[in-house]
Amino acid sequence: MNTYAAIEIAVFFVILLALVKPLGLYMARVYQGTPCGLNQVLLPVERLIYRLSGVRPDSEMTWQRYAVAMLLFNLFGLLAVYGIQRAQGLLPLNPQHLGAVSPDLALNTAVSFASNTNWQAYSGESTLSYLSQMLGLTVQNFLSAATGMAVLVAFIRGLTRQKVAEIGNFWVDVTRSTLYILLPLSFVLAIALVSQGVVQSFGPAIDVTTVTASTDAEGKPIQTQQIPQGPAASQIAIKQLGTNGGGFFGVNSAHPLENPTPLSNFLQVLAILLVPAALCYTFGDLVGDTRQGWTLLASMLLVFVPLLALGLWAESVGNPRLADLGVDANASLLQSGGNLEGKEVRFGVGASVLWSAATTAASNGSVNAMHDSFTPLGGLVPMLLMQLGEVIFGGVGSGLYGLLIFAIVAVFIAGLMVGRTPEYLGKKIEAFEMKMAALVILIPPTIVLAGTALAVSFDAGRAAVTNPGPHGFSQILYALSSAGNNNGSAFAGLGVNNVFYNSLLAIAMFGSRFWLIIPVLAIAGSLARKKQVPISAGTLPTHTPLFVVLLAGIVVLVGALTFVPALALGPIAEHMQLLSNSAP
Amino acid sequence: MEPIQSTGRGSSGNPVANLDGSREQAGGTTILTELQQTVMPALLLFLVLTFVTGVVYPLAVTVVAQLAFSSAANGSLIGDPQHHIGSELVGQSFTEPRYFWGRPSATTPAYNGLGGSGSNLATTNPALMDAVKDRIARLHAVDPDNAAKIPVDLVTTSASGLDPQISPTAAQYQAGRIARERGLPLEQVTKLIAQHTQMPTFGFLGQPRVDVLRLNLSLDALK
Repeated sequence: MNTYAAIEIAVFFVILLALVKPLGLYMARVYQGTPCGLNQVLLPVERLIYRLSGVRPDSEMTWQRYAVAMLLFNLFGLLAVYGIQRAQGLLPLNPQHLGAVSPDLALNTAVSFASNTNWQAYSGESTLSYLSQMLGLTVQNFLSAATGMAVLVAFIRGLTRQKVAEIGNFWVDVTRSTLYILLPLSFVLAIALVSQGVVQSFGPAIDVTTVTASTDAEGKPIQTQQIPQGPAASQIAIKQLGTNGGGFFGVNSAHPLENPTPLSNFLQVLAILLVPAALCYTFGDLVGDTRQGWTLLASMLLVFVPLLALGLWAESVGNPRLADLGVDANASLLQSGGNLEGKEVRFGVGASVLWSAATTAASNGSVNAMHDSFTPLGGLVPMLLMQLGEVIFGGVGSGLYGLLIFAIVAVFIAGLMVGRTPEYLGKKIEAFEMKMAALVILIPPTIVLAGTALAVSFDAGRAAVTNPGPHGFSQILYALSSAGNNNGSAFAGLGVNNVFYNSLLAIAMFGSRFWLIIPVLAIAGSLARKKQVPISAGTLPTHTPLFVVLLAGIVVLVGALTFVPALALGPIAEHMQLLSNSAP
Repeated sequence: MEPIQSTGRGSSGNPVANLDGSREQAGGTTILTELQQTVMPALLLFLVLTFVTGVVYPLAVTVVAQLAFSSAANGSLIGDPQHHIGSELVGQSFTEPRYFWGRPSATTPAYNGLGGSGSNLATTNPALMDAVKDRIARLHAVDPDNAAKIPVDLVTTSASGLDPQISPTAAQYQAGRIARERGLPLEQVTKLIAQHTQMPTFGFLGQPRVDVLRLNLSLDALK
C-alpha cells in the first residue's frame, strides 16, 4: 500500500463521519413526519401513493400486523422478480434477446433480492434483460432496503413509546424510506456515476473493431469486441446506497463500465456505509439522546478499523510465492504493488481492501476486486465481518436493529454481573426479550454452519469447488456466511449456478432475513407495552466508552466462539500453508 | 429535536383515535380477515412503488444522463460513429511485441466485453503459479535482454478481465522493447508514457495508471 492509498482511506473516514450528522438528522425528520426540506415536492407524491394504494397512513399497527404487512409486501416482491425473469423472453426491453432464466436461478435471484442479500448466481450482461434489471432488481433494491429501515424505525418506536400496542404503520415507513431517503440520494449518485462513465442507455451491446486481432476459444482470429450497454447507473446507485450489492454486470463494481474511475469508486464505497452509519445518528435523535447513537457507531468502528488494518497488511504483503519468482510487487508512487491477482490497477490494493471490508461489514456484498484471489488473511477479513452477524454497519436498518439486539444482550450480561434487572433506554429487559434476542443471534450462525456442513457432505456441494486444499473449504464457508447473513459477496470461483447451490443458498437467505425480522418486531411490540423506568444508581449507562467496549466485545466474542473452528479449517490453515510452502 | 413520544406521534395524525381503531379491529376480526385487509394494500403499494422506482426513476436518470453526459452514458466509445475502435474504459487484448501489453485477462477470449471475469484462483493454487510462470516466460521471450524485475500487474489477471490500464512501472518495463520493435528512441517512448500517465484523482484517489489502448493508439499515430 502506498501513500495515495493511506490518504484515500483517511479521507474516506473523515467524509463518512462528517456526513453522519446531517443525513442522520434528515432521516430522523423524515420518520417523525416533521419538515425535512423536500416536503414541498414529495408530500403530494406521498399522499398520491397512499391514495392509489388504498393505504390509511394514520392507522397504526400492532407488531403482529406490522410483521404480516412486511411479509406480504416482500412476498409480492419475490413473486414479481421470479415472474419477470421467467417471462423476460416474451417481454420488451430485451435487445440481447435473452431467454427465460432457469427456475432454480430465478428463484435464487428472487429470494436474493427480496431479502436484501443480492447474491449473484447470475451474470447480468448475459442472463438478464434490461426489463428484468429495472422492474425486477432495481425495484427490490429499493424496497428491500426500505423494509430494513422500516423495521428499524418500528423497533425504535418500541423503545420510545410507553404502554401502547402499536409500533407504527409499515406502509408509511416503507414509503417514506423509499421516497424521501433512498430515491433522492440514488438519483444524485446515479448522475454522478454516469458523469464518470457508467452506462445508462437502452440500446443493445455495441460492436467495436479492436486495434489488433486476438484469438477466440477455438483459436480463430477475432477483431471485434462487444461493449455492453443498459440502464446500469440507476441500478448501481441504489445497489450501493441500499446495501444491496447485486451488480448490473457479472463482475460487479470491478467492471470498468460499472465503476470506471477512482472517483466513481470512492463515491460507491462511501455510499455503502453512508446510510448505515447515518442511521446511528437517526437512532440517537429519535430516542432523545444522540450520545446513544454515537456509542453504537463507535462500537462498529472499534471492530471495523482493526479488521480493515489486518486486510490492508495482508494484501500489501502480497503473495510470497510470486516474490519467489522474481516478480516486483513492492509498493511505490508509480505502482500499487501487493497482491494484484483479481484487482484492478486503477484501484490498487488500498481501495480494493477498503471496499472488501466496507462491503462485508455492511451487508452490501458488491465487489471491486475478486475476494477469492485475496491472500488467506485478506480473505478472512471479509468472511469474518459477515460472520459477525452483519451488525458492524450491516444492512440499512437491519444492521442497526441487529446491533440493538446485541445491545440488549450486553445490558443483560452486565445486569447478571451486578445482580440487577437489566434495562436499555429505560425499558426493562426481561425473559421474553432475551428469548427473542437469542433467536436473532443464533439463527444466522446455525444456518451458516449447518449449511456449510451440508454442502461439504454432498458431492454436488464439493464439486463446485475450484481451488484445492483449505481454500476450497473457504469457498463453501464464504458462500454460506454470505447467504446466511444476507450479504451477497462471494468467493466467486465457487460454481454456484446449479440446482444444489441455488436452492441451498435461497433457503439460507430467506431464513436469515425474515425469521430474524419477526423476533425483532416481537421485541419491539413487547417493549412498546412497557413503561419507562426512571434512571437509578443501578442503571448501566449505555453511552459511555465502557459500553462501547462491552458491546463490541460481545459482538466479537459471539462471532469468534462460533466461527473460529471453521475459520481454522479454512483461511487460517491456508495461511500456514502459504507460509510453509514459500520457504526456500 | 424531541424523541418520538409514547403516543406515537411519529406517523399518526390522531393517536387516540388510532389506538381505539386498531384495538377494535384486532378484537372484532379473525386473523383471516385481517390478512385480507392487508393483502390489497400490500399488492397495490408494491405496484405503485414498482412504478416509481422501476420506471420513473431509471427513466429520469436516463433522460438526464443522455442529455448531460451523452458519450459517457453510452459506453465512452472512441473512433467515428460508423467505425468504433473501442471504449476508452474497456481494455483490449494486445499480444504483438510492438504494442504495450495490458493486464492478462481471465476471460475467454481475452478481454471479452460481454463475459467479464476474474481468474478466482487462490494465492495457494498451483494453477496460479503455472499461469504466472507462463506469463513471465512470454514477456522474457519477446524481450530477452530485459533483466528488470517484472511488475506484478503484468503477470496477474485483473478482477474484471477488462482492466484498461497498467501501472506506470509496468509501462516503463516495456519501454525498451517498444523502442526496439518500432525503431524509436527510448526517450520518445518514455515521454509518451509520461504523457499518458494519469496520477491519482485530486492527488490521492486511486492509483497512478496508464491507459493501454490510448497509449498504443498514440504509438501508431507517431508514424
